[in-house]
Amino acid sequence: MRVVAAMSGGVDSAVAAARAAEAGHDVTGIHLALSRNPKSYRSGARGCCTIEDANDARRAADVIGIPFYVWDLSDRFHEDVVEDFMATYAAGRTPNPCLRCNEKIKFAAVLDRALALGFDAVATGHYARLENRPDGVPELHRAVDDGKDQSYVLGVLDERQLRHSLFPLGDTPKSEVREEAARRGLLVADKPDSHDICFVADGDNAGWLREKLGERAPNHGGEIVDDESGEVLGRHGGTYGFTIGQRKGLRIGRPAADGRPRYVLDIEPVSGTVRVGPHERLAVTSIRGEQPRWCGPAPAAGTRLDGPDVTVQLRAHGAEHRAVVAVAEDGMDIELLDPAHGIAPGQAAVVYDGTRVVGSATITAAERARAS
Amino acid sequence: MSTPVYLDHAATTPMVPAAVDAMTAHLREPGNPSSLHASGRRARRIVEESRETIAQALNCRPGEVVFTSGGTEADNLAVKGLYWSRRAADDVRRRLLATSVEHHAVLDPLHWLAEHDDADLELVRVDELGRLDLDALAASIERDPSTVALVTVMWANNEVGTTQPVTRVVEIAAAHGIPVHTDAVQALGAVPVDFAASGVDAMSLSGHKVGGPQGVGALVVRREIELTALMHGGGQERDVRSGTLDVPAIAGFAAAVEVAVKEQAERAARVAELRDHLVAEMRRVVPDAVLNGDPAHRLPGNAHFSFPGCEGDSLLMLLDARGIECSTGSACSAGVPQPSHVLLAMGRDEEGARSSLRFTLGHTSTEADVTALVEAIGPCVERARAARA
Repeated sequence: MRVVAAMSGGVDSAVAAARAAEAGHDVTGIHLALSRNPKSYRSGARGCCTIEDANDARRAADVIGIPFYVWDLSDRFHEDVVEDFMATYAAGRTPNPCLRCNEKIKFAAVLDRALALGFDAVATGHYARLENRPDGVPELHRAVDDGKDQSYVLGVLDERQLRHSLFPLGDTPKSEVREEAARRGLLVADKPDSHDICFVADGDNAGWLREKLGERAPNHGGEIVDDESGEVLGRHGGTYGFTIGQRKGLRIGRPAADGRPRYVLDIEPVSGTVRVGPHERLAVTSIRGEQPRWCGPAPAAGTRLDGPDVTVQLRAHGAEHRAVVAVAEDGMDIELLDPAHGIAPGQAAVVYDGTRVVGSATITAAERARAS
Repeated sequence: MSTPVYLDHAATTPMVPAAVDAMTAHLREPGNPSSLHASGRRARRIVEESRETIAQALNCRPGEVVFTSGGTEADNLAVKGLYWSRRAADDVRRRLLATSVEHHAVLDPLHWLAEHDDADLELVRVDELGRLDLDALAASIERDPSTVALVTVMWANNEVGTTQPVTRVVEIAAAHGIPVHTDAVQALGAVPVDFAASGVDAMSLSGHKVGGPQGVGALVVRREIELTALMHGGGQERDVRSGTLDVPAIAGFAAAVEVAVKEQAERAARVAELRDHLVAEMRRVVPDAVLNGDPAHRLPGNAHFSFPGCEGDSLLMLLDARGIECSTGSACSAGVPQPSHVLLAMGRDEEGARSSLRFTLGHTSTEADVTALVEAIGPCVERARAARA
């Protein structure tokens, strides 16, 4: 196959490209320029998409012996990922930009361009496995390395996208990937993993949003209110700086009457109010998800996914919760058999059957457990 | 893969055998041209003979040739060095006049001086063919000639190949005693370049664009002109440029300049014929391809096209995969390809500017190169269009 290997400049995508080439594919390395104003150097383990990352990717391509180009997708990335990130936070929800990037950029804009230019597939360094059913339909599965599994952020890929995807690292633990990189002479072998959100270089989401949202922010401050007593506990600098379930950074200054920590329960962008309460109030028993995406043939509305191995994952690297999923016309209703805590609207609910990814939806509402 | 079809001579052109011979002949010999002993004197002699060779080829005096690390350094030395010395003599001289299509090695120092050193930059417009509007330049100068520090106008454009009316520029500026710099990096060897006859005060050259080695170039600057140095140290080159001279590279550079100037007319005629064939064939296989630049005032080896509905980047990649090497011609600023400032200045919109490719022929180009491109380009354009859809 003719394969485009998306190369971020990190160790995973470099080894993925090398494996694709070694498997006999005709591989071309592509670095995606996603930032309109790339910084020269990366700082620490944060961010990516600096010129240094592009150079690291280029050097990896040299070592592998494949052609290499930079594709400028900064405008698309800004429109589809960064704007969505800002709008979601402004609306009091919590986005997952990596998932959006996979859905709109890597396996959409890049894949479409690659197919049009005569390529057959896009390979990435994501930790996930693809298995072909006997009838040829691809299935997306969790990676063998539980700690690195990234199937959650791929839960937006449909059957067509999966047919044109390669995830060469899915069956390998991360530590082995680093060893393999060193063995292959890839200089990125000991480059630190990237964390956080690539376009928020210093990891300070609230500060970044304050600057970028500016006038578009629904508020730049409001009250922090105790959800039970209604007492005003303090003020904050903008509802967009909060996520449901968050404990740190509330800066209330004085402990709750019972001495237990308080968590964000609710974010009200219009009034600017952030409601807080004790941990048990975060417990959620059912979830509504919209904008469903199915990683294979879409189940009919009315279908109940209630097998013994059906689970949902509600945030990246989050726990699996046993669940029953009722497929609706335009979404899904998820009943959690194991309650989950601190579920933030805007995040994705990804449905699994065992290790297989069934599909996903964007969480729009979560119903709290009755207070006991 | 077989030898690539190389259609990117404006980026760099293969070294001519005479330059390789001259350069390699000196690689094994020690000698710092500034040393006083026999080895130093021998090295110095090579440098000075090279200087004389270049001076003879360009019709300047040997003492007017200042060796640099290449075209970019020569441009920086001319723009900043002239600005600083002109302002030191009279502080009102702060205006910098240039065309809007200069190479980044000129544009960026100009912008830097405007941002950091109180210069007032005026970029004079070009027409849709990329030719400088002389009336606009004259009007700009005449608004207040005493405040103009310098005028810089490239001899020939590196992207679309349009040549500029440099001698007319000199006529206009000289009337007010304003010095003129020209970036002749693309022009030398392609069109006749005579330093004295042109009347310019400073001219930038690059070794590897004329069949010499990379990493060497020169600023030819009239003896009467004072420049403020950028690099301080031993003052090896007329006290305006410091650093031990690269003797083998200078020898290779001089040999290449000699050949390029001697063979200019014959080479230009041959290359222009190939280029015209390329343009005609391109129009046949891709009828809506648009030739950019001035059809008359043009470098002989330049064929620059816009392909409506295509991304230049996609086309480049598809051609590269078939062993055909060309350029989008646009500067790759900060790793992200930017739309060409040259095409934007010529009135194209951003999409048009992103849809272009530059094919440049040189001394090693053959009919077979053109044939290979003509055979490949049609399907590549179709593919690239599909990728945009």
